[in-house]
Amino acid sequence: MAVDILGRLLEEGDPATASGHRGTQPRMGFFTDTSVCIGCKACEVACKEWNHVPEDGLQFTGMSYDNSGGLGADTWRHVAFIEQRTAGTTGSAGGTGGVRWLMASDVCKHCTHAACLDVCPTGSLFRTEFGTVVVQEDICNGCGYCISACPYGVIDQRRGDGRAWKCTLCYDRLGAGAEPACAKACPTESIQFGPLDELRERARGRLAQLQEAGVAGARLYGEDPGDGVGGDGAFFLLLDEPEVYGLPPDPVVTTRDLPSMYRRAAAAAGILASAVAVVFAGVRR
Amino acid sequence: MRPRGGEQPVVGEATFRSYYGQPILNRPVWAAPDIPGYLFLGGLAGASSVVAAAAAASGRRSLARASKLSSTAAIGLSGAALVHDLGRPARFYNMLRVFKPTSPMSVGSWLLAGFAPMSAAASVAALTGRFRLAGAAGTVGAAALGPLVATYTAALVSDTAVPAWHEGHREMPFVFAASALASAAGMGLAAAPHSETAPLRVLGAAAGAAELGLIEAMKRGMPDVKGAFEAGRARRYEWGARVGTAAGVVAAVTLGRRGRFGAALSGACLLAGSALTRFAVFEAGIASAEDPRYTVVPQRRRLSEGART
Repeated sequence: MAVDILGRLLEEGDPATASGHRGTQPRMGFFTDTSVCIGCKACEVACKEWNHVPEDGLQFTGMSYDNSGGLGADTWRHVAFIEQRTAGTTGSAGGTGGVRWLMASDVCKHCTHAACLDVCPTGSLFRTEFGTVVVQEDICNGCGYCISACPYGVIDQRRGDGRAWKCTLCYDRLGAGAEPACAKACPTESIQFGPLDELRERARGRLAQLQEAGVAGARLYGEDPGDGVGGDGAFFLLLDEPEVYGLPPDPVVTTRDLPSMYRRAAAAAGILASAVAVVFAGVRR
Repeated sequence: MRPRGGEQPVVGEATFRSYYGQPILNRPVWAAPDIPGYLFLGGLAGASSVVAAAAAASGRRSLARASKLSSTAAIGLSGAALVHDLGRPARFYNMLRVFKPTSPMSVGSWLLAGFAPMSAAASVAALTGRFRLAGAAGTVGAAALGPLVATYTAALVSDTAVPAWHEGHREMPFVFAASALASAAGMGLAAAPHSETAPLRVLGAAAGAAELGLIEAMKRGMPDVKGAFEAGRARRYEWGARVGTAAGVVAAVTLGRRGRFGAALSGACLLAGSALTRFAVFEAGIASAEDPRYTVVPQRRRLSEGART
């Protein structure tokens, strides 16, 4: 029987080590550099093929070139297309004629403090030795708690199946020493896979390069271990505000407030019991 | 779906940007009436077990019996609703595979696993007049866990990224405690003889008034999100909850004093008000998850104020 302790909720340091893994395996992750994404969706396709992810609706959304809409049980990589009017000059991000396109491949963030993992009541979600977060589908009973808990809208319930599904960061491929299918398929190295420390260093270099070149709005998203989820295992270089890409500007792991919620639930329970006792003792028949 | 430029949505009172107006969060898969019904029934069961013990201790035997039976019936229906809501109902027993304090659902599963048999023991003894020792132990045990059964559900829904649930996490346990007590008092007023329910008129009126005030306080604590309560189903349910609970409170201290009929009317209003409160909270959460404004605006405010609340 696994027992997690509330005190561990916001533990610093490597999440795999905090979860009990012993060894020298570094934390692995993604750095998605959206400034070189060409919107080819090879990542979406490669992910589906490798992970046997079923089709996700084949709907025509009528917005941009994005028909998969967002991440979900059957979309583990999602390419966003954002068409923006610019001042009319040729933008360095590839826009001409007063329009620029932002393209970005979104994925599960494999948070340092993962709300989905914290709230899973069955132990189906777990932290791997690579520091990633994975669902054990033979255990998930489809309670749906992880879906309400995820601050990014990543994990979802698969229709007709009932269980929760999301990106595994290709746990099976990692175990065999291969890189995840999406990163392997990406033709522009927009999706980079590797040890998180190396990726963060590389990302800082790339950001400096872009800022030097005068690309306005370039920023890193999810790389800061001091953010509300303790930093993302999959982080991004964006060219506009996160919400423009459908990402929350300041996500916070909900369980950060759980100790306070428990204290208040206990206090409320105490008041309820006391009120009944006092009134029954005080009211004569 | 109409395309809305990601760079220009200006909606309502707050300006925010989004990806074509798409939600950031995935819609909770918890469904009505299962989950809001459970929030209500769990509260009714937990608080009724406390009323049952107090009634038994003060010699109000009919009230004790009615409260025990309603507690057991409510917790039984709760279990059915919870299992029914699972994506894989046949695997419900995996809830007891681990004990995880970081998951209010895990804590709640163990609470229910302890509470339900004790509540049932109390009811069996009350119905049959046999197994009195087990019945007494069940009555006391259920009353000990009952308050937590009634309030842990506030931590359950607040421990999510759903704006209208999480932003209310400070007040939600008190809203749920008041709502649970109002419903348990209401059930007792409706089901027990008038001679035994004087304390419930006081409790029902006080808890109902607290329920009305606390949900307003909770909404005041979330200025960027309370709009989710002010539209659609949440708004209708909340109006119903206000009318029901207010009527129950007034009836408890007026008609309810005169006789069984008035007391039962008051009780029915309190029960309906409590149930509608839970449905309003539930629907406000769903609405807040489906609109990116409720995710973006509070987070932007937090960033601009340079502090995390």
